[in-house]
Amino acid sequence: MKIIDTIRLSAQAISRYPLRTFMLVLAIAVGVAAVVLLTAIGEGARQYVNGQFTSLGTHLLIILPGKTETSGAGVTGVLMGETPRDLTLQDAIALHRSVHVEKVTPIILGSGTASWRQRQREITVIGTTAEMLDIQSWRIELGQFLPAVDMDVATPVCVIGSVVKNEFFGNTNPIGQWLRIGDTRCRINGTLAQAGRTGFLDSDELVILPVANAQQLFDAPGLFRILVQTTGPQVINQAKQDIIKITKSRHQGEEDITVVTQDAVLETFDSIFQMITLGLAGIASISLVVAGVLIMNVMLVAVSQRTQEIGVLKALGAQKHQILTLFLTEAMCLTGLGGLLGLVLGNGGVKLLSILTPELNFTAPIWAMAGSIGMATTSGLAFSIIPAWHAARLDPVSALAAR
Amino acid sequence: MIKLRGICRNFQVGDQIVTALNHVDLEIQHGEYISIMGPSGSGKSTLLNILGLLDRPTEGTYWLNKKDVSQLEERALAEQRQKNIGFIFQFFHLIPRLSARENVELPMLLAGKSANARRERSRDVLKSMGLDDRLNHRPDQLSGGERQRVAIGRAIVMEPAVLLADEPTGNLDSKSGDEVIQVIEQLNQEGISLIVVTHDPEIGKRADRHLTLHDGEVHHDTKKRL
Repeated sequence: MKIIDTIRLSAQAISRYPLRTFMLVLAIAVGVAAVVLLTAIGEGARQYVNGQFTSLGTHLLIILPGKTETSGAGVTGVLMGETPRDLTLQDAIALHRSVHVEKVTPIILGSGTASWRQRQREITVIGTTAEMLDIQSWRIELGQFLPAVDMDVATPVCVIGSVVKNEFFGNTNPIGQWLRIGDTRCRINGTLAQAGRTGFLDSDELVILPVANAQQLFDAPGLFRILVQTTGPQVINQAKQDIIKITKSRHQGEEDITVVTQDAVLETFDSIFQMITLGLAGIASISLVVAGVLIMNVMLVAVSQRTQEIGVLKALGAQKHQILTLFLTEAMCLTGLGGLLGLVLGNGGVKLLSILTPELNFTAPIWAMAGSIGMATTSGLAFSIIPAWHAARLDPVSALAAR
Repeated sequence: MIKLRGICRNFQVGDQIVTALNHVDLEIQHGEYISIMGPSGSGKSTLLNILGLLDRPTEGTYWLNKKDVSQLEERALAEQRQKNIGFIFQFFHLIPRLSARENVELPMLLAGKSANARRERSRDVLKSMGLDDRLNHRPDQLSGGERQRVAIGRAIVMEPAVLLADEPTGNLDSKSGDEVIQVIEQLNQEGISLIVVTHDPEIGKRADRHLTLHDGEVHHDTKKRL
């Protein structure tokens, strides 16, 4: 029997029972569409996080006080591996000694109550320098960013995020207004354009002060982070070594900082999201196994409905393997149709999601599409072997006599 | 052409063993026209199934074209059916979703014949059945007589040596029945061996040789003993 004839016979059988075919195709399509849609969402989230980190700059180093390590009994770190030494502004300034370092900006993070006239609001305060604007790729909407002065100079100015601006000032011009934060007052120098969350900060909700002012405000000399932008991505490792060496020499020979590269953070998130996507794909594939069981059911019914027909085929000289092939092909055609419909539905859903949330880029990965089709086909084949075998083994005499 | 010696066929029904055929000896020559008659349960259909290689004897030997086919495995049996045997049934057993032409082409399709060869042959066969204007009709668009003629076309499309008919007119009015009998008798004239199982003595009488079965044994055979 020729392959084309086998497929044609199966196709004719499929079109003979449109309702049955529709139901089965739908079940498989839903499974495939679920895989496509869920992996697209996972992929979208991964790419979003990726994009967020890249927007921070690819040649960025983050310096944290303290060394993440398991320390011995109270020799180096008295308090569970934590260092008693803070990162200071002088540490940050000293980093300029490395030739690989282009920009350095310290960060102090805290929260406080901001007030203007009668309005009050709890806000996140960040103390930093003029370099932060470039490093974070923030954009200025009104006025200017922090003045480019030395880190240790305290000037009573601030820059506010878009939400803070709207909450306090609405449509009036905030530039030059005096905002009270805790015990100090500062003049608003500029406002940031709305940007949403970038990295670990939501710039819309921030009030940005010069770092020296923030130190006074929080009465704490220690820095939360130092961000270092290297002269290029290729020198990132030399820069890291330099930073550790400089800081070590300033901290009595003790290496008590942690330097994190953007890549390391990115990789971690990347692998987390990849696992999530895989997990989603796995969960969605279960529906394909369920569809497989459905195929088995439907094919068993098909075999018992067509018992006489199988008897006739045998009387006409059909071999066992030909009948097996016929029923397997029928199941394959059904899963194939279901798979195609699933791809159409899934990708349609992805399109719809992209329209609804344009800030995320949803695309189903090729491996997920190929995998779900493969999974549907495998499960269709595996589950229709029993019914097809049942059909092939029928005794022609009793099959012909069946009602 | 066909030679049966000591053919028995037993069925297990519950704890009991029922004997459908009991030591049947039979010889059939090329081109013979035989009717097999007998009451219900006499073993007519079992004999026909064994002759048609759909069923295997419990005991005894069956030579088809001098070849012992009683011990063949399933694969070889299917091959023999395809080449040598044509079947027609009381309920036609056409595939409802296929056209008359596709039904006739089915054995050729199973044999792996090319589409062109199939088209040509199925058209010729249906034409000889007087169905040239019914090629693309599905069974439910055909009358009973027409359906049976399509089934005959399907049975002879591979040019078998033997045509086995199990109550071919049992489901037809007398006029269509007569037409069907005429068609198969015409085929017999052209050389095919024709074996008809029937209840109807009118049809049984038309054959050249009458075989009567009773309780699984050949009760009466109008052919002289060889």
